[in-house]
Amino acid sequence: MSTATYAGVAVELNDEGFFVDPNQWTRDIAVELAKADGIDTLTDQHWTVLEFMRKEYFEKGTGPTVRVLGKTSGVSVKDLYLLFPKGPAKMAARIAGIPKPKGCI
Amino acid sequence: MSDAPEKITKVSIIVSKGSLEGIYPALIMANGARAEGMDANLFFTFFGLDAVNKKRIDHIKVATVGNPAMHIPTLIGGLPGMSGLATHMMSKTMDKLDIPPIPEFIEMIGDTGCGMYVCKASVDMFDLHEEDFVEQIQGIITVGDFYDMAAGGQIIFT
Repeated sequence: MSTATYAGVAVELNDEGFFVDPNQWTRDIAVELAKADGIDTLTDQHWTVLEFMRKEYFEKGTGPTVRVLGKTSGVSVKDLYLLFPKGPAKMAARIAGIPKPKGCI
Repeated sequence: MSDAPEKITKVSIIVSKGSLEGIYPALIMANGARAEGMDANLFFTFFGLDAVNKKRIDHIKVATVGNPAMHIPTLIGGLPGMSGLATHMMSKTMDKLDIPPIPEFIEMIGDTGCGMYVCKASVDMFDLHEEDFVEQIQGIITVGDFYDMAAGGQIIFT
């Protein structure tokens, strides 16, 4: 575990860089995290995915897999990979401030 | 800096078997690699071609004979319909676990940007042609092409 400061907030992260407490997340933090991961501007489509992931996490206790994202977030699998080139589920989960999704698919 | 081993950044996975249990592991690994942000290629060879053959892709079955882990006696496993029954049961379980059927999985893996190719020697041997394969297949390539493509990454044979 480590602590990092994003948008002026001290945030607790696990060893892989995912949020320990998703309630510490803010939209300003997401913008900074995205920049650090090579996404200069978060578009409406990015936000759709991030908000969908947080909603799923709070409802189900784990973030969605890429398949679920592609089927239910309104953003296709193809677009997900364009939006989050370093692997949508993982990269989007980190920017969305939730733990790494557990699914294999 | 830590002494953690360097991460794998690229995998090329060879699919040589045409049974359900022979195909799924490779698809799950290729899809998982892309989800982790790694480069991935799938290379279908020999009976693995069935996974991307338009006529066969909807009819991939579990092998119920010669597979001790199925715990079905070989003679029973060989009865007509056993393979279909076992496949049906396994497909139902997979559906519950949110594992897509093979045709949908192949389509999804294509959408992730994974490279998908078929082996020229096998294609010639089975007298198949480009039009026999699903649209996700990007080319019929030689083993030399495969090694070129796999350069700088790990190769997994299934």
